[in-house]
Amino acid sequence: MSNTIIEITDLCRRFGKHTALNQVNLRIQQGTVLGLVGENGAGKTTLIKHMLGLFKAQSGFVRVFGMNPIQHPKEVLSRIGFLSEDRDMPEWMTIKQYMTYTQAFYPTWDTACANSLISQFSLDTSQKIKNLSRGQRAKTGLLLALAYKPDLLLFDEPSSGLDPVVRRDILGAIVRTIAEEGRTVVLSSHLLDEVERVADTICMIHQGRVILRNPMEQIRSSFHKFTLILDAPTETRPTLPGMLTCEGGPMEWSMVCKQDISSIKQSAQGLNAQIVDLASPTLDDIFVAQVKGQGENTEPRT
Amino acid sequence: MQIHISTKDGIPIYKQIINQIKYMIASRRLNPGEKLPPVRKLAEMLLINPNTVARAYRDLETLGLVQTRQGSGVCISEGASPLAQEQKMKILAERADSLLTEAQQMDIDLEQIIALLHERHIQLQS
Repeated sequence: MSNTIIEITDLCRRFGKHTALNQVNLRIQQGTVLGLVGENGAGKTTLIKHMLGLFKAQSGFVRVFGMNPIQHPKEVLSRIGFLSEDRDMPEWMTIKQYMTYTQAFYPTWDTACANSLISQFSLDTSQKIKNLSRGQRAKTGLLLALAYKPDLLLFDEPSSGLDPVVRRDILGAIVRTIAEEGRTVVLSSHLLDEVERVADTICMIHQGRVILRNPMEQIRSSFHKFTLILDAPTETRPTLPGMLTCEGGPMEWSMVCKQDISSIKQSAQGLNAQIVDLASPTLDDIFVAQVKGQGENTEPRT
Repeated sequence: MQIHISTKDGIPIYKQIINQIKYMIASRRLNPGEKLPPVRKLAEMLLINPNTVARAYRDLETLGLVQTRQGSGVCISEGASPLAQEQKMKILAERADSLLTEAQQMDIDLEQIIALLHERHIQLQS
């Protein structure tokens, strides 16, 4: 029986003249691993800050565990584990001291879990945080976000600036966390490979708006990438239903379409064209296609 | 057990896992009775969502290729071998489709392909 862990309704946020979030609607059920993707400045971090109660909704609603994080900061934050690329930690403390300090705020702190993570990450807890490498800092941050067994994990670019080896360690810890029942994860990352591996639902944000919000499986089956081979060269781009991007020519065109495959094949037949190299696009392809496709839609912005 | 997945493949991850396990069964790298890693372990090895592994295992069970035994996890079915022939042909059919499609793109007809296959077969035997 699933609860709604995060419920965001018609959320809007401006910073001066800049609209950071525009009518964002999002509902995340317990146990979901949500991949939050978008360009830098799209609004991902702003959205996460609303979940943490760091921003108050200017219009619309934000509910985490059914509560408003602004009105119930203690009840909400004690159940959230947060890791961002900032990794703001007290430089003068040793890891051990920071753990002791953090432990005081979280009654659900699990020492066995913390110790297991220390050995998994090969951390020396007597080291001062200021002397840690980037990778060790990230692991320390992750350790501190996981050790009190939060119900909700918010990761904002957790692997940014880290080498591939450390990224694998962090992804491994995230995978192990997902395997534990009842945890809900929001992973905001532009490392789309990582997102594709672990997310079961994707939310794409572009210029403050949600442009895609679907289960991963549905996304894979609704987008198709292929090469269209016409029987004669043409100057103008061919059009197929649900077409998002179309490049190349004059005879071979690389396309990404958001349409079911039979409609695509039918239309191709109608154009006397062949479809080859049909594949599921990567999340990267889909993101680029959606953004470009958006750009070409001349919808009036409210 | 060497399974590799790629997000660049264009093939859903759970399918890649299924295909590779099928292939291993067909080529006898995995034999009836042999255990597959637990869902959590494989998920950690491949760095993917455990649900993806669970789905692959479920589908393999539906196909009769694996069985879940209470308390000891997932293992290759005793009945897996007879299906291996079918699986082998299916895999080769996919390869044949790729070859035929490419040939068509290059404007090479079927007779030329058949001749090519004969030629390569002879080359490989020597």
